[in-house]
Amino acid sequence: MAESVQNPMAPSGLSRTMAHFWMVLGVIIVAFPIYYVFIASTHSVQTILRPPLPLLPGPEAAANYGEAFSGGVGRIGGVSVWLLLGNTTLIALGIAIGKIVISMASAYAIVFFRFPFRMACFWLIFITLMLPVEVRIQPTYKVMVDLGLIDTYAGLILPLIASATATLLFRQFFMTIPDELLEAARVDGAGPWRFFKDILWPLSLTNVAAIFVIQFIYGWTQYLWPLLVTNSNEMNTIVIALKKMISFADADTPWNLVMVTSVLAILPPILVVVLMQRWFVKGLVETEK
Amino acid sequence: MRRTVFPHKVLPWLLLAPQLAITLIFFYWPAAQAFRQSVLKEDPFGLSSTFVGLANFRKVLSDPNYLNAVQVTVVFSLLVAFSALAIALFLAVQAEKIIRGKGFYRTLMIWPYAVAPAIAGMLWLFMFNPSFGTLAWPLRQLGIDWNPLLDGDDAMALVVAAATWKQISYNFLFFVAGLQAIPKSLLEAAAIDGASRRHAFWTIVFPLLAPTTFFLLVVNTVYALFDTFGIIHAVTGGGPGKSTETLVYKVYNDGFVNLIMGDSAAQSVILMVIVITLTAFQFRFIERRVHYG
Amino acid sequence: MARIQLQDVRKSYAGQQVIHGITTDIADGEFVVIVGPSGCGKSTLLRMVAGLEDITSGTISIGDRVVNGLEPRARDIAMVFQNYALYPHMTVRENMAYGLKIARMSKADIDAAVAKAAAMLELEPYLDRKPRALSGGQRQRVAMGRALVREPAAFLLDEPLSNLDAKLRVQMRLQIRDLHQRTGQTTLYVTHDQVEAMTLADRLIVMEKGVAQQIATPHEVYTTPATEFVAGFIGSPAMNIFDARCEDGAVLLPGGHRVTVADQAVSGDVRLGLRPEDIEIQPEAGNTFPIVLRSVEWLGADAFGYGVIENSDTQVTLRLAGNTHAARGDRLHVALPGDRLHFFSPQDGRRI
Repeated sequence: MAESVQNPMAPSGLSRTMAHFWMVLGVIIVAFPIYYVFIASTHSVQTILRPPLPLLPGPEAAANYGEAFSGGVGRIGGVSVWLLLGNTTLIALGIAIGKIVISMASAYAIVFFRFPFRMACFWLIFITLMLPVEVRIQPTYKVMVDLGLIDTYAGLILPLIASATATLLFRQFFMTIPDELLEAARVDGAGPWRFFKDILWPLSLTNVAAIFVIQFIYGWTQYLWPLLVTNSNEMNTIVIALKKMISFADADTPWNLVMVTSVLAILPPILVVVLMQRWFVKGLVETEK
Repeated sequence: MRRTVFPHKVLPWLLLAPQLAITLIFFYWPAAQAFRQSVLKEDPFGLSSTFVGLANFRKVLSDPNYLNAVQVTVVFSLLVAFSALAIALFLAVQAEKIIRGKGFYRTLMIWPYAVAPAIAGMLWLFMFNPSFGTLAWPLRQLGIDWNPLLDGDDAMALVVAAATWKQISYNFLFFVAGLQAIPKSLLEAAAIDGASRRHAFWTIVFPLLAPTTFFLLVVNTVYALFDTFGIIHAVTGGGPGKSTETLVYKVYNDGFVNLIMGDSAAQSVILMVIVITLTAFQFRFIERRVHYG
Repeated sequence: MARIQLQDVRKSYAGQQVIHGITTDIADGEFVVIVGPSGCGKSTLLRMVAGLEDITSGTISIGDRVVNGLEPRARDIAMVFQNYALYPHMTVRENMAYGLKIARMSKADIDAAVAKAAAMLELEPYLDRKPRALSGGQRQRVAMGRALVREPAAFLLDEPLSNLDAKLRVQMRLQIRDLHQRTGQTTLYVTHDQVEAMTLADRLIVMEKGVAQQIATPHEVYTTPATEFVAGFIGSPAMNIFDARCEDGAVLLPGGHRVTVADQAVSGDVRLGLRPEDIEIQPEAGNTFPIVLRSVEWLGADAFGYGVIENSDTQVTLRLAGNTHAARGDRLHVALPGDRLHFFSPQDGRRI
């Protein structure tokens, strides 16, 4: 339909142009640090150390990335960039998938069954929202030592997969499933497993995707926890390795390789967020309230 | 409350078992230990401990270093929460006016969400590094004595910038959703009543966004308190001096680096009280939201 | 196919009894409608038969088996829900086949059963659509089809038509009746709509507050309602019911009017019931009582007059001929039809 009547509150042409101006400025501020490190990763150490840095990619991209992947990073941090990426991917996937599995299971139990202490269990899980790792660092570390989980993947993943958030999100979603759907399935002969597999899981896919993105990012960006439970460089995540690289910085630090490592640490989660943007935004905004 | 459920009695326990086990082992047990240690004093060799009541708390709360950390935390959190909210709201309002290209802007705006806090800190340190930072260079050219590695205020500015930068994405998405939820008919009614757009924003849009803003305020405060540990650890390590040592950083430092158990535990307990207050606050507010709508 | 027997079936929630001992025997192939106002327990009763609610006491048997402890799937029943409860992510075909698949029926048998049900319900063109691409009436038919393919011992329907518009409801009502005649399946049907109840049922169970007020054929329920509640609930417009007194072969009406009635066996205070169509208008006074019309609704073939018995505020509805000239303010003389009066006890509402 032709817009014959101008909405009086619709922004005028000028204010829309201004809006674009501000958005472009905002995007520059927001994206610049990421762009900057990408640019830096394509220049030689000499160029990086002599400000200001050019605003366009330099000629050393192939050389820097080639060197980083063929052992250059290993010479600074002691472990190859492949191992770092592998560790981080494993931890991020482990946390994301582990959280989805155990929180879906517990939400399923709480919503679709009746048993004694059901609400007590719910509250027990719910209250963990109020106990982030940061407030109980030392005793948690002691538990990890006692269980022999220091420097293990299990130690990096297990304690982080129990979180109230994902359970709450699934519980909230399961409660929107109409009673009749469950009743129809039961009349059709479906037990708990078939109802889950044939009906609940297909209906949950959007939510699973959203939670996967959020938790993958959560896992990839972990810092304090890996810092606590790993001593060996072999178990480093890429974030921790990067921090170690810059904290021992001296005149000989190959900054070009540090920049390459930074890009590699940033890129995978950004790709996940951008490619799964639709579910991520929906999941974040609609469910976190 | 559901009308129909499965009749099984054992299966739900099996389904709950993994989460309950992990929760009890890695959340409740350590939290209980923190409470226990907070009222004990260990001898220097860690061989025996005696009950000292609230002595650890009294000691912590009268420690000038702790009070400094409180002050640093308050300044840091206020600056981060306020700037991250203000910038995100401003950009979200601009984005609302745009018809074409909204998706493009949004895609670029959400990038920092995916960046680890520690790396966000490093990125800003690269840019503002006094020796080779490209953005530190113009500051020095202008004669500003910029050195976040030596000057406490500069260091604070840097970590605040990095922490704010990372949180803009999240706030932006929520503000955009909040703005979209405001019925257009209200703005039309305001226009008919003769309100200017600016006036309509402050008298209609902003008050209606209050639930979102309030929610984000709590989330941003929690973020500034806890999730920024990586930024501070990676950029300043609490220094120079103790000018960027926040409460969480201090707990880490005392308990894990300096191994002062009783003090660290008392600090943990204080932090837990803060988190519980904030969370309770947040949920009271969510309940109200439910009533409204 | 099977008979369904309820033996003193009761249900309590947290000590509060909501179904107060219902006993009935539904014959093989019979179509029984449970009707009552909302909250009367009719859906609960149906869901107890389905196995979706447990039975506090009493027994339910389907066929020759007591099913009290059995899961819904073991009861050999199929059910149609008010909001259809179609699986949103499955096509019509998958929706209909799901129960058979779980029962591990062979692929060929499933296809044949689905095809047969789809043909019966004219659903063939929609088999590969998802429920959201269907209209309300089509969804309703899919829900029916999902129940039909099972060829269950009993067919349970919980207000299956209440989400449809009026016209479609009439159509589907005829189709359900027709399906029942073709399949001859024992059917238990819940509705709050008395027209649906009257037109579909072989037998009605009229419920109020968890009690079966009357279990009888529609004709019997209409002509000899067992309680004042049934009398008021079945029939549209509702039966006129008011206080009266019987003495010496006469009825004393509100407003002090006295009308003699032949063969009057009842005496004392009663609740008198009188259907609007049973009120006879007389040309002049004489063993009649006067009604003052307050308004007239003309519907075409006939009309309804709403008035009060003169000198009282007892409201009366009466049916008038379509060509009536009666108007607001008219004073009509009406007689009582001796053989069509309903007397109920003022104490417990039972028919006298």
